[in-house]
Amino acid sequence: MEVKFWGVRGSIASPGPNTVRYGGNTTCIEIRAGKELIILDGGTGIFPLSQTLFPELPRKSHIFITHSHWDHIQGLPFFIPIFIPDNHIHLYGAFDPISNKGIEHVYDVQLQYSYFPIREAELKARMHYQSLSPGQTVHIGDVTIHTVLMNHPVTNLGYRVEYQGKSVFFTGDHEPPYNLCDKNDKDWQDYEALVVQKTTDIDDVMRDVDVLIADSSYTPEEYKQKQGWGHGTFDSCIKMAERIGAKRLFCTHHEPTRSDDALEKVFNEALERCKPKPSLDVQLAQEGLSIKL
Amino acid sequence: MSAHISPELQKKIELMVESMPAFPRSVHKILDLTSDVNCAPKDVVEAIEHDPVMMGKILKLVNSAFYSMPRKVTSIKHAVIYMGMNTVKNMALSIATVGMLPKYNAARFDMSAFLLHSLVTGFVARKISEHIDRQEFDSIDFFVAGLLHDFGKVVLALSVPDLFAQALEMTKEGISLQQAEITMIGVDHSQVGAALGEKWNFPAPLVQAIAEHHQPELVSNILRDYVFAANQICKMKSIGYAGHDIVEPMSDLLMANLDGSLDTLLEKVGNLEPLIDEAKVFASL
Repeated sequence: MEVKFWGVRGSIASPGPNTVRYGGNTTCIEIRAGKELIILDGGTGIFPLSQTLFPELPRKSHIFITHSHWDHIQGLPFFIPIFIPDNHIHLYGAFDPISNKGIEHVYDVQLQYSYFPIREAELKARMHYQSLSPGQTVHIGDVTIHTVLMNHPVTNLGYRVEYQGKSVFFTGDHEPPYNLCDKNDKDWQDYEALVVQKTTDIDDVMRDVDVLIADSSYTPEEYKQKQGWGHGTFDSCIKMAERIGAKRLFCTHHEPTRSDDALEKVFNEALERCKPKPSLDVQLAQEGLSIKL
Repeated sequence: MSAHISPELQKKIELMVESMPAFPRSVHKILDLTSDVNCAPKDVVEAIEHDPVMMGKILKLVNSAFYSMPRKVTSIKHAVIYMGMNTVKNMALSIATVGMLPKYNAARFDMSAFLLHSLVTGFVARKISEHIDRQEFDSIDFFVAGLLHDFGKVVLALSVPDLFAQALEMTKEGISLQQAEITMIGVDHSQVGAALGEKWNFPAPLVQAIAEHHQPELVSNILRDYVFAANQICKMKSIGYAGHDIVEPMSDLLMANLDGSLDTLLEKVGNLEPLIDEAKVFASL
């Protein structure tokens, strides 16, 4: 299995001289497992990824959307294979309980007259949509993908991809669940029990993963102002990786305003502060970085 | 829905429930709270938890098959931690924008008095549960069962208002509301409430408690047992009104399960006034 980062930026694409090393594209991860192509999220990074696919076309692409916020779908209309006949595009993602719509809703919304010159009905590829429930498992050839409900202001599925005994887990956007009350509040204990239950449910799906790719947007200091926004910290990700026994942790969803130098600085401070076990390899996700498992 | 509800009534109920509005106070509260992006999650939870319609509809959504949860979601707190605050908040908002239950309805069923009865039954059931061995249940389960035990009445009042009004009339001659409902509609509110709960994938003990809250002689679960007791206490003390005020006698089974009579339970619970005052605030229109 091979994993390649095509977009590691959170919120909004941030090109420019200050983000050249880690990259300015928003979330997109390519996974090659045998002959299968699995893409996690369709942020702006999916556009450069799609340009490398020409020699293989026509082919099947399986795109798993963690959630439908812009930075995770913005590149979808520019995933070039959708315009070329004989390609098969399988789009997977959560059902939306508020709009009562399935994952097809993402392209339906994006490919409207006001926002894009081509309608969904005019796409040349064969489009397949599969809405997923938390806990559902998908099989693609010999690849297995497990889903789990994470914690974000919209339904966000974490994906565990397994192939030939190796595994990768991607959180999408995730804030560790937290208690909504003060410790003195009468409801604190009720919430605490639920937080523990939810954390365990997520941990169980991540357990012993070879590679954990996790949302570490903030430093703990920044997080104080941003609780409830749905993102984790470097520290919470390191703690989570150690708890579930991950071998490697890639911190991603870098803040759009953070320069490469600033990113390395806060990352190194986090390592200094958290002192991860030697058995855990912690790195910053970087656009263009490719790892073999 | 279960077999004893006619297909015709079932269709009527399903259509009505789709667009069923919630109680005015929680609708106002949710619209007000959600206009501020920084509103306190606890306030949103509280507004939902004090409205049987909002509570029922949100439990329905989070327990739906498509959104299949690793375990059944039994409370709004549970929903908030599992689905995230923003999703629950937006669910409440979409219910709030449907509109409000009108103060006057064709069935002449007093919604405000009904809400007070439901809230206090929930509060009393929860209060009692703090003094007993709750088995596998949490205190909040007793509250939810108390709040929703009569949900079927609102559903009947809105989907077959004329028949329900006649059933209410019949209670003046001293027959029980559920007997009157069966005579007029062919089905009673506990059956309707339980059938909806089942269709909406509510946890089985909650459905059972709703289904059997007028059958004290049946072996049920402790949610039912204490909701039965709380319901009678509310009627005994004339707190709120939900269509009939006949205090049903305890069965031998319940006397044994609850370790005494309603009076002994009342002693355990102590002063109910603070609970009633709290409920009145939520039930006011």
